[in-house]
Amino acid sequence: MAEYQKFEYDVLIVGAGGAGLRAAVEASAAGVKTAVLSKSLLGKAHTVMAEGGMAAAMGNVDDRDNWRVHFADTMRGGQYLNNWKMAELHAKEAPARVREMEAWGAVFDRTKDGRILQRNFGGHRYPRLAHVGDRTGLELIRTLQDHGIHQGIDFHMETTIVTLLKDGDRCVGVLAYDRERGRFKLFHAKAVVLATGGIGRAYQITSNSWEYTGDGHSLAYHAGAALLDMEFVQFHPTGMVWPPSVRGILVTEGVRGEGGVLRNSEGKRFMFDDIPENYKPQTADNEEEGWRYTQGDKNARRPPELLTRDHVARCIRREVKEGRGSPHGGVFLDIAWIKERLPNSVEHIKKKLPSMYHQFKQLADIDITQVPMEIGPTTHYMMGGVQVDAESQMSTIAGLFAAGESAAGLHGANRLGGNSLSDLLVFGKRAGEFAAKFAREHGAGQVNNEQVEEAARWALAPFDRGPAGENPYTVQHDLQAMMQDLVGIVRQEEEMERAIEGIQALKARAAKAGIAGNREYNNGWHTALDLNNLLTVSEAIAMAALIRKESRGAHFRDDYPEKSKYWSERNLRITKGADGHPRVEEVPVKEMPEELKQVIEEQSK
Amino acid sequence: MATATFRIWRGDASGGDFKTYTTEVESGMVVLDVVHRIQATQANDLAVRWNCKAGKCGSCSAEINGRPRLMCMTRLNELDLSQPVTVEPMHTFPRMKDLVTDVSWNYKVKTKIKKFAPRKPDAPDGTWRMAQADVDRVQEFRKCIECYLCQDVCHVLREHHMHDQFIGPRFLVYTAAMEMNPLDTADRIGDLRDSCGIGYCNITKCCTKVCPEEIKITDNAIIPLKERVVDEFYDPLQRIFKIFR
Repeated sequence: MAEYQKFEYDVLIVGAGGAGLRAAVEASAAGVKTAVLSKSLLGKAHTVMAEGGMAAAMGNVDDRDNWRVHFADTMRGGQYLNNWKMAELHAKEAPARVREMEAWGAVFDRTKDGRILQRNFGGHRYPRLAHVGDRTGLELIRTLQDHGIHQGIDFHMETTIVTLLKDGDRCVGVLAYDRERGRFKLFHAKAVVLATGGIGRAYQITSNSWEYTGDGHSLAYHAGAALLDMEFVQFHPTGMVWPPSVRGILVTEGVRGEGGVLRNSEGKRFMFDDIPENYKPQTADNEEEGWRYTQGDKNARRPPELLTRDHVARCIRREVKEGRGSPHGGVFLDIAWIKERLPNSVEHIKKKLPSMYHQFKQLADIDITQVPMEIGPTTHYMMGGVQVDAESQMSTIAGLFAAGESAAGLHGANRLGGNSLSDLLVFGKRAGEFAAKFAREHGAGQVNNEQVEEAARWALAPFDRGPAGENPYTVQHDLQAMMQDLVGIVRQEEEMERAIEGIQALKARAAKAGIAGNREYNNGWHTALDLNNLLTVSEAIAMAALIRKESRGAHFRDDYPEKSKYWSERNLRITKGADGHPRVEEVPVKEMPEELKQVIEEQSK
Repeated sequence: MATATFRIWRGDASGGDFKTYTTEVESGMVVLDVVHRIQATQANDLAVRWNCKAGKCGSCSAEINGRPRLMCMTRLNELDLSQPVTVEPMHTFPRMKDLVTDVSWNYKVKTKIKKFAPRKPDAPDGTWRMAQADVDRVQEFRKCIECYLCQDVCHVLREHHMHDQFIGPRFLVYTAAMEMNPLDTADRIGDLRDSCGIGYCNITKCCTKVCPEEIKITDNAIIPLKERVVDEFYDPLQRIFKIFR
């Protein structure tokens, strides 16, 4: 029998990004014993990479903004597959969540009259993103971290979950190991919140860090929870393309919000050529108007570079495919051109986009105040995730909650930039609040020792196989290449069928993964265990994408390039079948109440 | 394709040594890429911390050819590849395994510093008003990614091991960010003199030199804090004034 360190908590939060920390702050404030587990050190989670800002209809810059506009923008961006209740709560509660951050020490950029400044972003009708230059995510995570450490929360850093523990139909804790020493830790908890982020490491070109291996998605699925909208993976239009080692690293949408434009190798602003019908009324049809919009002219409409991410990514892909790309297979993103308009453009760019300036200067030897950047699409965000109740964020398993990127619903078929940081705060808070409530109303439940033993044996198996087994890094690499190739931005039936077959073969290889060395900080071992999660989410993505025979939001099918009415009324839900294989079912989109329909109606003019 | 030789420190708390690895390298690569390539092909169990790979999370701190740097932001073309490149863990913190050190001391230090305490909101809706000019200097400090390279290079910690008496440059920057926040009302000046040990800093500016975020740690954070401590406790006129107050 393996040895475990044992811990007891009321609320256990898995993940220390924005959603996890916000949930922890809320749960601990409610007076329950709270702990956070994180794969990395505190303050390093992927939220630090968020650049542009957090969307909240505070109306500080344009007083025409309010929750109704934000709600309608979010639903339009998500192509109406969103959970409208979540979209409503999000739009209504985001401003209070942002202000709270200021009370906890966040220092946002200011308007002239001293309020929180808001910037333009794709798909948002008015300037809506509270921001700190282009490092808003760092500000958010640091603020929550520095506030949280005084709240009596226990932090278990560099700790990875092996499995969720169940007592009948209820989640009662997790089995984990600490990465430093490789020891097992058994956490017995009345409620568990998954805030594990996304799945980007299933792809080769991604803006995501190593942590994004779909842990929450996969753990919840294997524990019997339902996943929703897994076919919707967002490819951010602007990632770095050169040098090869930085391929995929994010270039913030803020560059376009500040006046940056996209050009092909012929120097043409190709985004003007393809403006979708439902965005035409609010999109500029000439360069002059687009520029005025970025400079705060309330009468101007936004430039087509600020259309939704799915659309911009596909336009870039088209330009490259038709031979009008840049030397390294992207297109040009030009912010340097604003020197024609602003006398102090160099200083302005450095002030507004400091980390972009720094990133290109250091990693690519490029001065973005002088020359255009080369960019291309990169796997960025998972709209799909654990199916949750809109109000409480509880999954289909009692006592198991999910928030942030690991939960589904708010973003539908495509997320708007800036809606992620606000999502983390709004639903992180709700998850913490309702998990604490659940913990107070329920006893501790029983841990099943057999389940623990079995999971521990599974986790240690790679050592038994030793270095003669499959190299886990190679299996991971092969999966990433295949997903990139076969289940990427543009999809078709035959390719996805091949991917599903390929995943079965990779599963067999992953089951043979072996590693050398001991349990202390062994990255090879960690990678071998992560494979199970990556393969689980990859299969879910490919299966859902194969079944949705239409193109909508982030999901684009070459063989079904149009939207279909049939699919506009359905989400896809994935559960683990009795045979151990994923079961995909169509679930009807719930009808919106009359008052919300009216909001959509009034905002579509 | 060119090859390069790397000497990477392998070992744990009980000891270790440099191991030599030769691998192929391409243009545009950074040191972290090389470490990853060696890990994937030659040393699967090589321990290294990293996250964002873009200089934003501050996880991959190490000493490259003896200099404290982020591995993800050190390009090979800045290094002399005709010689072996050495990569070793930070010296100031206890070694754990290979390139990973035990930085938990930093997390403990932070909890001892008085937290941010804002004044009452300026507006009835619970919001504050601050001019951009007044938050600029605070925003400089808040760029910190907590890579702890400044702690690593600081001789008070590195050579003299005064971890129990001196909080180090990172936490002086952290304190400065709150002290200079226009909304903050807490008083940390006494703590700076006593428990934080600000007097141990003799402004050699090594921390500023290694900061990947280019925060002017000494000039903009530490010196102004030292001045506040002096004004509060060592100004002769103030002392006389206080006697009669």
